[in-house]
Amino acid sequence: MSNGMSNDLKIELGRRYHFAASHRLHSAQLSDEENWRVFGKCNNPYGHGHNYTLEVSLSGDVDPATGMIANLADLDAFVEREVLAEFDHKSLNEDVPAFREKVPTTENLCIEIFERLKSFPKARLERIRIQETGNNSFEYSGEKPQGDAQ
Amino acid sequence: MERPGLLDRNSRNDEVGAAMVLLTRKIEFSASHRYHNPNLSAEENHRIFGKCNNPHGHGHNYTLEVTVAGEPDPVTGMVLDLKQLKDILEREVMQRMDHRHLNLEVPELAGQIPTCENIARVIWQLLEPKITQGKLHHVRLYESPDLFADCYRNGAGAR
Repeated sequence: MSNGMSNDLKIELGRRYHFAASHRLHSAQLSDEENWRVFGKCNNPYGHGHNYTLEVSLSGDVDPATGMIANLADLDAFVEREVLAEFDHKSLNEDVPAFREKVPTTENLCIEIFERLKSFPKARLERIRIQETGNNSFEYSGEKPQGDAQ
Repeated sequence: MERPGLLDRNSRNDEVGAAMVLLTRKIEFSASHRYHNPNLSAEENHRIFGKCNNPHGHGHNYTLEVTVAGEPDPVTGMVLDLKQLKDILEREVMQRMDHRHLNLEVPELAGQIPTCENIARVIWQLLEPKITQGKLHHVRLYESPDLFADCYRNGAGAR
């Protein structure tokens, strides 16, 4: 089966996942006053939560036999195991080891999730984007080699 | 030292010119399709495609976002006339795909599995030669709010 692939076109597969989690923005390196000044209401000692949307973008060759960059069932199972099972309906500070030390901002969440997903064996992880609320979102596409303008 | 991984939107298209603007138009269409590869056995088709292999097909409301890049015309202030883009999308996409069976009624998809990836690429190939003001920059096709494909020129960046 021909797919008419032209080499200079790039195709990405995008998939969105949803999870709900609580967090508290607090740095052990700052005083209580500084934490309050920097993080404001996000420093509330009892935490608060968000409905996060995680967007995963993959690239790779479109397999002419399946029309797919990666089988969704494989991707869904991988994201479920690597991220959702550990993050959904959890406290990011308490339940995710990486955030015992690091502040669970959505920036740090992007980096943590990217690191967890980059070993997906069937395609290349291009970037992830996380919406913390409908009004703010964050993107991360991994560490770039030095000298790469993008 | 660069900040790792932060997307610098301004640096992505510097070859096009400093005042380049991206314009995006969205349309929606509904179509049916079926994932089935005649070279595979019935069991393999079912294993790979799952419920998308249902013999009688199924359908989606697709959302297409088409982004054109260009410098605004000094007189009109436009990258291209939106009406013109709307007409191109109507002719090339809506008339071909809206309320159609993608496997059976769209010759450009014949012999291909009509996944998001393949449909997005076919739409790119249909639109690119028709857009003469500005340059086709990015096509994003949503099959559902949680599944989509992006198509763009290598090196141009996904947005």
